[in-house]
Amino acid sequence: MTNNELQKGIEPWFSDLEFTEEGTQFLTLTVPKENLHELMQKLRNEPDMQFDYLFCETGMDWGTSLGVIYHLRSTLYGHEMVVKVHTTDRENAHIDTVCDIWRTAELHEREIHDLFGIEFTNHPNMKVLILPENWEGYPLRKDYVDEINMIIR
Amino acid sequence: MPEETIVKDPFKTEEYMINMGPQHPATHGVLRLLLTIDGEIIKKVEPDLGFIHRSIEKMCERDSYQQIVHLTDRMDYLSSHINNEAVCLAVENALELEVPDRVKVIRTIIGELTRIASHTLWWGVIGMDLGALTTYFYGFRDRELINDIFEETCGARLTMNYNIPGGLMFDIHPNFVQRTKDFVKHFKTKLPEYDQLLTGNVIFQKRMKGVGLLTKEDAISFGTSGPVARASGVASDIRKIHPYSALDRVEFNEVLFTEGDSFARYRVRIQEMWESLSIIEQLIDNIPDGDYKVPTKAVIKLPKGEFYQRVETARGELGVYINSDGKKNPYRVKFRSPGFSNLSALNHMAVGSKIGDLVAMMATLDLVVPDIDR
Repeated sequence: MTNNELQKGIEPWFSDLEFTEEGTQFLTLTVPKENLHELMQKLRNEPDMQFDYLFCETGMDWGTSLGVIYHLRSTLYGHEMVVKVHTTDRENAHIDTVCDIWRTAELHEREIHDLFGIEFTNHPNMKVLILPENWEGYPLRKDYVDEINMIIR
Repeated sequence: MPEETIVKDPFKTEEYMINMGPQHPATHGVLRLLLTIDGEIIKKVEPDLGFIHRSIEKMCERDSYQQIVHLTDRMDYLSSHINNEAVCLAVENALELEVPDRVKVIRTIIGELTRIASHTLWWGVIGMDLGALTTYFYGFRDRELINDIFEETCGARLTMNYNIPGGLMFDIHPNFVQRTKDFVKHFKTKLPEYDQLLTGNVIFQKRMKGVGLLTKEDAISFGTSGPVARASGVASDIRKIHPYSALDRVEFNEVLFTEGDSFARYRVRIQEMWESLSIIEQLIDNIPDGDYKVPTKAVIKLPKGEFYQRVETARGELGVYINSDGKKNPYRVKFRSPGFSNLSALNHMAVGSKIGDLVAMMATLDLVVPDIDR
């Protein structure tokens, strides 16, 4: 499907979806975090969508909000799109897991949990993956300071 | 004998946990696997990462785009040229910079040489992992010839840094074409030797066939790519789906197997070396004349926006996600490394098999730990 057809197909599902296409080669959809899991399930299972391949999951710190970017592809149809989700609660960031839909997300979400401090709700194994267990702070956040190990320019 | 000391069920076993790694000869780097086993049967494999995590993504946020290129060959060091290419292509696409044909062809030739070098090393090591030490020397013998070509081209044998945004750092050496041709000729006689030595070996086949099964559905769900996915029948070659550099002007087959076991993954890589040789042969006589780079500004600033570029490394799909806010440093860089996603399938593959088979699975996943940790 082309980006336009994808957008037309997805738009009726929820009321507050936001599509953007500026500055990126993919159709980009921003979804409120309450609807994330349901939307992802539909993207995976709807017969004419079939986004079965989560090829990239990126943690993101936009300054005021934290979030996750999902890059999806359908190996059946070849179409691709990007889904973004935000949370403004930096102290206690929670986003639903998608690892029951794409199993590769299990490791990716643990990495994001370490480096951005986002808890993934319903994740089966939300333990520290990369950092030492007593590490304080979330290194990839923009407000992270480590005066010894970081060179600030 | 008192009744209490009689063991009721002498064959009763208990689950316990052992460490495989971080220093283990079969992990090829500092990867720690926490195994839950019952006897010799694996119940669970839990990877513990981060022993060589350098936070390359964070370092990218403070570096300029030219500097980022130099960090990427420290990820998957066996595909360093292709990693460099990924960042360069991302920057060039964002700047809408068209590089000369000469650059595209040279990048593709060296990229395929890199793939062969990586696969020969892997082939040497897989034999060693399974107890056939000879392959190690055969693999390294042939890889050495490629490394010599690289050394003459850019001075480095492993972390090449030959690509820069806008082209190449230097032009190719006058000997490059002849030496590459010599290598292709030489390697065509050696690759059948690989089959004679290892592929047909009965012991080797028994340790590979039916081990570490990954169905097509699972391969997709676990986000695998590269030879791992193609051995399960997933057509995932980025060189075919989104051709980059000179790959749109060459003919080659995407190697697909449907068995999904370790032996299929082994055969995909052997076949891929033949395809890479064919790509090199198609290009090596027709390197166009012209400049080896186009001038770029000393300080590269990408326009505001998000850019995603992917390439096919020897291990699979490497994605570079650059989020730019228009400054000289990127706002956020994410590397989607093939090894990290492939590793996520390991637990699923290994449950129910024996520890010795886990070594075979890890060898055919072709894990490079700096690529997983980044």
